[in-house]
Amino acid sequence: MALEIIESCVNCWACAPLCPNQAIYEAAPPHFPHFLIDADKCTECVGDFADAQCVAICPIEGAILDELGVEMNPPGSLTGIPPERWAAAQAEIAAR
Amino acid sequence: MELPVIAQEAPKAGGCSAGSCGSSATQMNGMSDEIRVRVQDHPCYSEDAHHYFARMHVAVAPACNIQCHYCNRKYDCANESRPGVVSELLTPDQAVKKTLAVAATIPQMTVLGIAGPGDPLANPERTFETFRQLAAKAPDIKLCVSTNGLALPDHVEELAKHNIDHVTITINCVDPDVGAKIYPWIFWKNKRIHGREAAAILIERQQQGLEMLVAKGILVKVNSVLIPGVNDEHLKEVSKIVKAKGAFLHNVMPLIAEAGHGTFYGIMGQRSPNPAELKNLQDACEGDMNMMRHCRQCRADAVGLLGEDRGDEFTMDKIEAMEIDYEAAMAVRAELRAKVTAELDAKRQKAKAAHAPAAPQVVQFMPHPQKLALAGPRSGIPGRQSPARRVLMAVAGKGGLVAVHFGHAKEFLVYEASAAGAKFVGHRKAEQYCAGDETCGDGESVLDRTIKALDGCEVVLCSKIGFEPWGNLEAAGIAPNGEHAMEPIEEAVMAVWHEMLAAGKLEPKPSTAKCA
Ligand code: SF4
Ligand code: SF4
Repeated sequence: MALEIIESCVNCWACAPLCPNQAIYEAAPPHFPHFLIDADKCTECVGDFADAQCVAICPIEGAILDELGVEMNPPGSLTGIPPERWAAAQAEIAAR
Repeated sequence: MELPVIAQEAPKAGGCSAGSCGSSATQMNGMSDEIRVRVQDHPCYSEDAHHYFARMHVAVAPACNIQCHYCNRKYDCANESRPGVVSELLTPDQAVKKTLAVAATIPQMTVLGIAGPGDPLANPERTFETFRQLAAKAPDIKLCVSTNGLALPDHVEELAKHNIDHVTITINCVDPDVGAKIYPWIFWKNKRIHGREAAAILIERQQQGLEMLVAKGILVKVNSVLIPGVNDEHLKEVSKIVKAKGAFLHNVMPLIAEAGHGTFYGIMGQRSPNPAELKNLQDACEGDMNMMRHCRQCRADAVGLLGEDRGDEFTMDKIEAMEIDYEAAMAVRAELRAKVTAELDAKRQKAKAAHAPAAPQVVQFMPHPQKLALAGPRSGIPGRQSPARRVLMAVAGKGGLVAVHFGHAKEFLVYEASAAGAKFVGHRKAEQYCAGDETCGDGESVLDRTIKALDGCEVVLCSKIGFEPWGNLEAAGIAPNGEHAMEPIEEAVMAVWHEMLAAGKLEPKPSTAKCA
């Protein structure tokens, strides 16, 4: 039972100090610059908090996954930007 | 220590807003003497001082505890004084080293701020470690911090301990319904809270923090981001409330929103305010509050005099190689400060003397440059003193002089000229409508965009100007003027205004009621 931080993490440091198990650490190169979760230490905050703390503060949609690879903060859930709208804007920018 | 509430109920329109009569700087109208003394040599607050003193920011605070719709955490925050530039994240030790290196090299550097890239108070250990070390090693540097306010009440005690000069709180609303359109979520008590509930908590904490700081005698500045259609009208109310609670300055900044920034507002097509909207709002709030007009939304890690970025000289690898003797530097710094302070004092004395004799005459020409801006109540009704209307003029200036070639100007200083003198009212960025090729509209040249940015101005003063822009400016109804090169700005602005007056161009025009 553990969560995972992937490379879309922007290295904002918000999650690390909140982890009740000190499971979050700054990755060494070549993964730098982003954070990682030590799967052996992560308890998904069960017993400490109602919500997984890293998930509750992370500002980046999709940066944290559960064991099945499901995004804990799916697209649109944090920014309020509908995913279609986001995709359209990205396509428009790319086409310039 | 108790801070006086700044201005009493100011008259809604006209008349002389409380405390502003005879004040020695337009921007400080309505400020108590005590606060004026505390901010008059501050590069961020004093129009005078920012020519002489400088500030810097260090990026030690990466984490944030709220989300704003104008921010994308993949980049630095686009608003709140750090427009979209990725800065080098420093550890507290590195930040202290950098600050000492800059202070020793640029003795004018008197203010160190922590503003981001996240929220300084969401990173209390890093922020306070930096302050602690600096207070001990460089007691001659003023410390300041910016915050969204959510964690503020928890840290007021600690802020007071570190001799923090002033705190900036970004307050965009006092109504949770407005807030729900600005803040999608906050992190609060180990939970992510969304929507109106989140906004209500944030607003309550901001107001509580503001009150606590004022009670402790810490200066509080309030920043607001002007978001057209969301909080534009509402900011007038914000201004009133924060003033009543004792904030000494309210700085309204324009929203910066572009799709390329990946922010909610950028993607959803929320527009930014145009310069006229910004000025109208600043004018509307000014009757109630001291507004800060010369803010240039500086980068969080900018080094140097306002608007003049020397950050490249102080990258971490260059700093590591420097030997700093701060004791020696402090002596040099003290000397410079004494010299500049004496100069500024002399200027202020002169201004007072120039202003002392009775009410300004109708077409009085005052030959002292800096003094004109200071003369007379800003709220003077033209009709009372002179039928001549006010005129907005853009100046390509440097160091207080009309010293920049039109084509080289990165920004223009905007002055409002009237019988009461020249009043500095804001900046217009020359490249404001150009954030790189990908966002530029088709066929619109840099010149066109610059002219657009000067909307509302009738004259542009510069040291020189090319043939093409001359024609285009005239076609846009803006008179280019290169005749006052190297003259002090206020003197040049007033000279042009008087020429216009003599030429009969200043009859009140109903169509330009805003300027009149
Ligand atoms: S879920 Fe909880 S325990 Fe696991 S890394 Fe995140 S904060 Fe730490
Ligand atoms: S909060 Fe999210 S983006 Fe920030 S460091 Fe943690 S995982 Fe990365």
